[in-house]
Amino acid sequence: MSIARRIVPPLASGALFGAGLAVGGMTDPARVRGFLDLFGNWDPSLAFVMGGAVIVMAIAWRFQTRMARPLFGDRFALPDRSDLDGKLIAGSALFGVGWGIAGLCPGPAVASLALAPLDAAPFVAALLAGMALHRIVPTRTRRTQSEGI
Amino acid sequence: MSALFANAQPLDGLIGGVLIGLAAAMMLLGAGRIAGVSGITARATGLAEDGMSMSSAWAFLIGLPIGSLVVAAFLDLPHADFASWPVLVVAGLAVGIGTRMGSGCTSGHGVCGVSRLSQRSLIATATFMGAGIATVAIYKLFGGQ
Repeated sequence: MSIARRIVPPLASGALFGAGLAVGGMTDPARVRGFLDLFGNWDPSLAFVMGGAVIVMAIAWRFQTRMARPLFGDRFALPDRSDLDGKLIAGSALFGVGWGIAGLCPGPAVASLALAPLDAAPFVAALLAGMALHRIVPTRTRRTQSEGI
Repeated sequence: MSALFANAQPLDGLIGGVLIGLAAAMMLLGAGRIAGVSGITARATGLAEDGMSMSSAWAFLIGLPIGSLVVAAFLDLPHADFASWPVLVVAGLAVGIGTRMGSGCTSGHGVCGVSRLSQRSLIATATFMGAGIATVAIYKLFGGQ
């Protein structure tokens, strides 16, 4: 695969993703925590962000099933797991706790590295440390799959 | 929206969400991959072996701050309110371990997986939203912000 095909589509996707996060107010952790503050001063904005993204992606999945291969690639490489396990639940719960205390998840944190570097950098550094920690600590069924949705 | 949700920005949210959806669709239909930020971050830093090429992963991650910078140049974004450094570090560790253990975050599970009606992603999304709501509720119960 040529360098252009490896770089340009993901760079464009990332830039559009970062723009969407900023437009939707998701680069402000206070707004994200406002959504999670369901029993207080609830701010439903994040539901509109997720709703808009899910609707567009639901349409994209319909196109995907009719395509033999991606536009700029050789094949689709998509998660195909359907098993439910304790790690999915425990990991997601731990992620939710971190998301709740800081109002940051990986996308907005990386997108904020330029807008608010002094605030985003410690979070991203700790995020990488946590990912490395998870990799180092041995588990019986090690999985290093990048996305297992 | 109304006085009830005085701080809400439903239109901005919807437009931002559509842009995120288009970005994820571009990754899916263009590169044949899931636009999951936690997985792509792990891939770029060598913490995951499979997935897209490392150069593609870095291109996506570098795109994220570029996109938000461009928006900030044209729109008057409100001041973002971050937690203190110790809180950010504790949260970052939890998010790092949790997203690897749970195989995804808000983008991979919440957007890409939910829109595909993946059972794993629906359960993961319900779990991290529930945990996030409970965490904020408990935080406020003990006098936190």
